[in-house]
Amino acid sequence: MSQALAILRTIAAAACLCAASAWAAADVDAVDVDAAPARVVSMNLCTDQLALMLAAPGQLHSVSYLAVDPRNSALAEEARAHRVNHGRAEEIYLMQPDLVIAGSFTTRATVSMLQRLGVPVEVFEPAYSLEEVRTRILQMGAVLGREAAAQALVEDYDRRLAALRSTVEQRPDAVLYYANGYTSGDKTLAGEILTAAGFDNAAVAAGFSSGGILPLEVLAMLEPDALITSQPYPGASRSEAILDHPVVRKMREGRANGVFTDRDWVCGTPYVLRAIEELGALRHDLQGD
Amino acid sequence: MRRLAITLCALLAVLFLASLTLGPARIGPVESLSALFGNDAGPLNLVMREIRFPRALLAVMVGGSLGLAGAAMQGYLRNPLAEPGLIGVSGSAALGAVIAIQTGLAGAFVLALPAFALGGALAGVLLVVALAGPRGSSLTLILAGIAISALAAALTSLVLNLSPNPFAANEIVFWMMGSLADRSMTHVWIALPFMVVGWALLVTLGRGLDALTLGEAAAGALGISLSRLRLTLILGTASVVGAATAVAGAIGFVGLVVPHILRPLVGARPSALLWASALGGAIMLLAADIAVRLILPERDLKLGVVTALVGAPLFLHLIYKTRREMG
Repeated sequence: MSQALAILRTIAAAACLCAASAWAAADVDAVDVDAAPARVVSMNLCTDQLALMLAAPGQLHSVSYLAVDPRNSALAEEARAHRVNHGRAEEIYLMQPDLVIAGSFTTRATVSMLQRLGVPVEVFEPAYSLEEVRTRILQMGAVLGREAAAQALVEDYDRRLAALRSTVEQRPDAVLYYANGYTSGDKTLAGEILTAAGFDNAAVAAGFSSGGILPLEVLAMLEPDALITSQPYPGASRSEAILDHPVVRKMREGRANGVFTDRDWVCGTPYVLRAIEELGALRHDLQGD
Repeated sequence: MRRLAITLCALLAVLFLASLTLGPARIGPVESLSALFGNDAGPLNLVMREIRFPRALLAVMVGGSLGLAGAAMQGYLRNPLAEPGLIGVSGSAALGAVIAIQTGLAGAFVLALPAFALGGALAGVLLVVALAGPRGSSLTLILAGIAISALAAALTSLVLNLSPNPFAANEIVFWMMGSLADRSMTHVWIALPFMVVGWALLVTLGRGLDALTLGEAAAGALGISLSRLRLTLILGTASVVGAATAVAGAIGFVGLVVPHILRPLVGARPSALLWASALGGAIMLLAADIAVRLILPERDLKLGVVTALVGAPLFLHLIYKTRREMG
């Protein structure tokens, strides 16, 4: 009896496997015939924006739900023209994409599930520097088969970045301060935005080259010339209450302080240039030139 | 008795000074203490007055409140297992606080935070006292506590998960375990009025609780009104636990460990145990807050982790003892 059951189970498993590999084979064929994927689903905020900038009309089928939120996304308006996904394997599989683009922080379970189902998945690392923004643009151009558009975007980015990186004689120091007391050191994308805008990152003196929690006490002792804080999200939270702590409030008084909007800062897209521009203006105000 | 009072006060003073001189900004102890009282407007002054002083002060206020509430509840229920954290009062207070924050009321009106936490705590105590009955058998008390804690924790998580704020859901751990990191004088001021009222109510219980050790009939004969005693206990406990939880999250086991250690030292008299437990609670929380800063200075290790590591084994021991007595 149990033997019969085991055999049945094996047959069922084999049938499933066959079906899955047939699917996979069909997909591989499709990709081979036409080099550029025709139905692309992106499931990460940063790849959403790169794809929105580079994809051919009709090529991008769906973007993540974060991409339509103007607080997070610089291209929320453009994103609304696409279907929205929530990064769940089931919904993405049913969209029958011939390419899925995920971020390296996308749940591993989701990505491997999609791969088991035979869907090609490209995984993008986040950009940790201004240089890596170029790399990501070119990578996106390559996977979408839009190399020429990517090359043009990179050239434009290089030109504008070079123009913004004016030489500064006196560099005021600044600290980036987010919810939960998090800060970014100089070896981060946000840190490089700060440096490119002509500031010195005061958190480096406190031993932060990457990101980490900067204790409130240490922030007070650093006494930076400028304090740049994140913009609170709607709905209160204890994590963001630190930005309203009396110490932080007192540090804002009589100091240059900027509030940054996540949409230009979190992703390695050419919109980081807009963040550099805004910070540069803050520095001009601070130095009175 | 006087020796105990002097010892506890001295210990409290030493730990308070230690707490003031401890922090991630490397400042010498003499330098930091003189900055606290000095009048220059430098950053050191700001660090001492707006970060370290409120933190140490809140540890004393919150710890003292929890110790006092634990001693009072144990005296009334005549059960050493009654503790605000274990029986769900702190958890209900956290739910009230979270509702005040997420509805935006706490932002509009600062006292809404402790008031809502007090409301939550009040609901928690009423439920426990009603479910456990006046004599509070251990079994019903603990079962009622489990049920109320679980419900309050689930509702707190639900409210935080429903929040549109991306950070809110990560704060569940703060509300369950408690922390004094990055508090300010604002928190001292919003908690203090409620705590003062609660302390004033709870210290009046001494005579009644002493009489109650002779049994309810004897206490009645001594002129103690049991219903008034119960009402004072409920309001006082809700007041101090609500205010403590609103600013520091739910911190368990302080009200269990402290009265247990001090009971033999005060001759098991509930009235003496009240003030001794208030001092002892303040000492325990100051020590725990120093410990979290020494063990993991860069991270916000929660206070409840340390108090539970000390308290949970003791709790198991007490349950074992209770079972033996009942068996």
